[in-house]
Amino acid sequence: MSIQVENLNVWYGRSQALYNVNLIFEPLSVTAIIGPSGCGKSTFVRCLNRMHEEVPGASVAGEVRIDGVNIYARSIQPMYVRRHIGMVFQRSNPLPNRSIWENVAIGPRINGLAGGAALKEIVERSLKQAALWDEIKDRLSESASQLSGGQQQRLCIARALAIEPKIILMDEPCSALDPISTFQVEELIKQLKSAYTVIVVTHNMQQAGRVADNTVFFLQGKLIEKNKTEKFFSHPEKKETEDYITGRFS
Amino acid sequence: MSTVVEKQSAANPFQAPRTAQNARRKASNIVIIFFSLLATAFAVTVLLYLLLYVLRSGLPYINVALFTRIPTPNGEPGGGLANSIQGSLILVGLASLFGIPLGLFTGIYLSEFGRGPIATGVRFLVDVLTGIPTIIFGLFAWIFIVVPQQSFSGLAGGVALGIIMIPIVARTSEEVLRLVPKELREASLALGATESRTILQVVIPAARNGIITGIVLAMARVAGETAPLLMTAFGSPFFNSDITQPMDALPLRIFNFAESPYQAQINQAYAGSLVLIVLILLTSFAIRWATGGFKQQR
Amino acid sequence: MLGGGSRRLSDTLFRGFTLLLVLFVLVIIAGVTWVLVSNSLPTIRQFGWSFLSNRAFDPIHNVFGVAPAIFGTLVTSAFAIFFAVPIGVGTAIFLVDFCPRPLRMPLAFIVELLAAVPSVIYGLFGFLVLAPWLQTVGQPWLQKYLGFLPFFQGQFHGLGLLAAGMILVIMVLPLITSVSREVILTTPTAQREALLALGATRWEVIRHAVLPYARIGITGGVILALGRALGETMAVTMVIGNQASPIGPSLFNTGYTLSSVIANQFGEATPGLFFSAVIEAGLLVFMITLITNIIARILIYRMGRVGGLAA
Repeated sequence: MSIQVENLNVWYGRSQALYNVNLIFEPLSVTAIIGPSGCGKSTFVRCLNRMHEEVPGASVAGEVRIDGVNIYARSIQPMYVRRHIGMVFQRSNPLPNRSIWENVAIGPRINGLAGGAALKEIVERSLKQAALWDEIKDRLSESASQLSGGQQQRLCIARALAIEPKIILMDEPCSALDPISTFQVEELIKQLKSAYTVIVVTHNMQQAGRVADNTVFFLQGKLIEKNKTEKFFSHPEKKETEDYITGRFS
Repeated sequence: MSTVVEKQSAANPFQAPRTAQNARRKASNIVIIFFSLLATAFAVTVLLYLLLYVLRSGLPYINVALFTRIPTPNGEPGGGLANSIQGSLILVGLASLFGIPLGLFTGIYLSEFGRGPIATGVRFLVDVLTGIPTIIFGLFAWIFIVVPQQSFSGLAGGVALGIIMIPIVARTSEEVLRLVPKELREASLALGATESRTILQVVIPAARNGIITGIVLAMARVAGETAPLLMTAFGSPFFNSDITQPMDALPLRIFNFAESPYQAQINQAYAGSLVLIVLILLTSFAIRWATGGFKQQR
Repeated sequence: MLGGGSRRLSDTLFRGFTLLLVLFVLVIIAGVTWVLVSNSLPTIRQFGWSFLSNRAFDPIHNVFGVAPAIFGTLVTSAFAIFFAVPIGVGTAIFLVDFCPRPLRMPLAFIVELLAAVPSVIYGLFGFLVLAPWLQTVGQPWLQKYLGFLPFFQGQFHGLGLLAAGMILVIMVLPLITSVSREVILTTPTAQREALLALGATRWEVIRHAVLPYARIGITGGVILALGRALGETMAVTMVIGNQASPIGPSLFNTGYTLSSVIANQFGEATPGLFFSAVIEAGLLVFMITLITNIIARILIYRMGRVGGLAA
C-alpha cells in the first residue's frame, strides 16, 4: 500500500508537534525515520494509524492517504484504520495473562477474520513469519510473560502480522533489546518488506543504514530530508541532515 | 447517497465492513457504554435524591431552637437538639484526645522508624482495624468501662470513637509523611539537628496539611457514628457535660427520633440529619479542596 | 528513612515515646480480641457449635442461638454484593473510559460522597421512605410480575430483608467503585495500546486489556465491600424489622442480622449467659469481618499499593 502524507500538522493540546509534513512512502519498502529525541518521529508514525488521537487533547490537521483514501475523512473510524495497520511498540507489550497462542490469535479473533482451523493456520503462519515459531512451537499454551525480551518483541511482531495488515509501523522496536535479539529483528524487517510496507522509527543511524531502503530525517517537528538510504548517508542534501549524521548533535 | 457509499467501500478498505460480526462488535460496545452510564446515573441519582429529600424534610425545622433547646417530652412541639449537638462535640473532642496522638505517632512510627517485617505487621494490623465494624469497639468499651462502672458514660463513648479514629489518622499521616522528600531530612541532619528534632520541627510541619486533613477526616467520620455509642454513651434527653454520665449525641438522637411515633420528633430527626449531612459535606469539600482533589487526573 | 546519626537522649526519648504509643495501639487491638473472646466463653462452653444453629435468644429457657441472625446477615450481604458489583464496576468503567473529561472529577466525587453519609441517615431514609414505599408500591409490583420466584412471595411488610439488602447496595457501592476505579486507572497504557493498535473497540480494550489486569484488585474491593456489608449495623437495624420469621427464601420476610442482634439485645442482657451470648454474636461479627478484610487486603496488596485506601 502506498502512503501519502499531505500537509500534516499535529498538536498536543496547544503545543504543535509536527509542522506541515509532506511525504510519500513507496509500497513494499522499508523506510527508516530518524531524528533526535523529541523531533516528532514517534508522533508522526502514530498519526499513520490514528493512535495519536488517543492522547487527551491531541489534534490533527491535514491528510493521510493510504491507497488513495484519506484515513482522516469524517466517515472513517480509527478502529478500521488500525485494523489494517500493524504496530510494534518500543517496549514489547504482550498481554501478560494470556498464552503465546492467544496473544497472536487475539487480533484476528476480535476482528472476526477467522476461527477454528483457519485461525490456527494464521497463528502458525504469523509466528513463522516473525521467526519465532521454531523456538516456541511446543510451548504455545505457556504464558507470554515467560518469554525473553527478544522473543516477546517478535511475538508482538507476530501479533501485528496476524491481522494481515499491509503496512507495519515500528516505533524503535529494538531499543530495549540485546544485540542478538536486535540482529534477529533487523533480519526480520528485511524479510518483511517483500510483503509489507514497513516504517521503522529508530534513533540508531547504523540500524537505518542496515535495514532501510529509504531514510527520512525529522528535526523539531519538521521533515528535513528524505532520500534513498545510501544517498542519504553519503550525500545528504541539507545541512541539518549532515550535522545530525555526523554527530554534531545527538 | 447510497451509491457513493457503495463505491467507497468497494475501493475503500477502511470503511466499516458490513458483517454480522462487526454489527455485534458495535452493539456490544454501545451496550456497555449504555449500561455503565446507567450504573453511574443510578449512583448519582440515589445520592442526590437522598440529599434533596433530607433537605426538603429537614429544612423547615431548622431554627434557633434546634440549637438551643433540649428535646421536649412526648413529642410536644418546640424543643431542639442542643444537648445532642453539645454531646457530639464533647464526644468527638474526647475521641480526638485519645485517637489523634495514638494515630499520629503510629503514623510517625510507620513512616520514620518502622522497618522490616514488624512494621509491615503493624501496618497490616492497622489496615485491618479499619474494616472492623464500629459496634465492636462499642462492645469493647461497654465491657471495659461501662460494666465495671455500672453506668453508661461519655468517657466510654469517647474511647470507642477514639479507637475508630486511630487507623484513619495513622494511615493518612504515614502517607503524607512518606511524601516529605528525603533531602529535607538529610539537610536537617546535616545541619546537626537530632533525629527527633528533625521529625518534630522539619518533617511534621512539612506534612502538616496532610496530617490535618487526615485528622479532620477522622473527626468527621466519628461524628456520624451511632452504633458504638448505643451501649457506651447511651444517650440522654438532657444537657450533660459530665463524661462519667450518659451523654447524648446527634446520631443517637436521630436514631431515637426516626422510629418515634410522634411526627414532631420525626421532623427533628430530619433536621438533625440535615445538620449532620451539611457538616459532613462541608468537611468533604474542604478536604478535597485542600488536597487539590479537584485538579484533573486523567 | 533516617539512618545512623548521633543518638542523643532526646532521640531515645522520642523513639521510646513513639514505640510506647504504637505498643499501646497493639495492646488495644489485642485487648479488643481478648475481651470479646473471654466474655463469650460462657456461651461457647455451654453451647459450642449449637450457638450457630439455635434459633433464638430465649432468656427464659436460657437457650441462645444466632441461626436466623447468620441467615439474615448472609442473605442481605449476598443481595448487596450481587447488585452492587455490576453497578459499581460499571460506574468505575464509565468514569475511567467513557465519561466526558470535564465530568469525571465531579461525578467521581459525588459517588464517593455516598460513602461519607453516616449509616444512621441511611437507616432513617430506609425506615421512613424506602420501607413504606416497598410496602405500598415496590413489593406488590414485584409480587405481581415476579411472584413465581420464591424470593417475592409472602406478605408486604416493607421492612425486612429486601429493604436491608437494598440499603446495603447503596452503602457498599462507593467502595467497589472507588477501588475498581483506582485499579483500572493503573492499567498500563502499553496494554491498552496493544489492543487499540489491533483495531479493538473501547469495550474490547476494556475486556481484553483492562479487566484481566484489574481483576485481582477489583475482587479485593468486592471482598472489602462484603466485609462492610456483613458488619453494617445501624442502617440494617433500622430497616430489617428485627422480628423473627421462619427461615425461608422470601426476601419480603423480616429478620435480623448479627449486628442488629447486638444493637437490640445489649440493653436486655442480664449478666451470665445472656450477656455472654450478645458478646459472642459480636465475636462472630469480629471474626467474619477480620477474615474478609485480611483476604481482601492480601489481594489488593498483590496488585501493588493502590494509594490512599482510607476505606
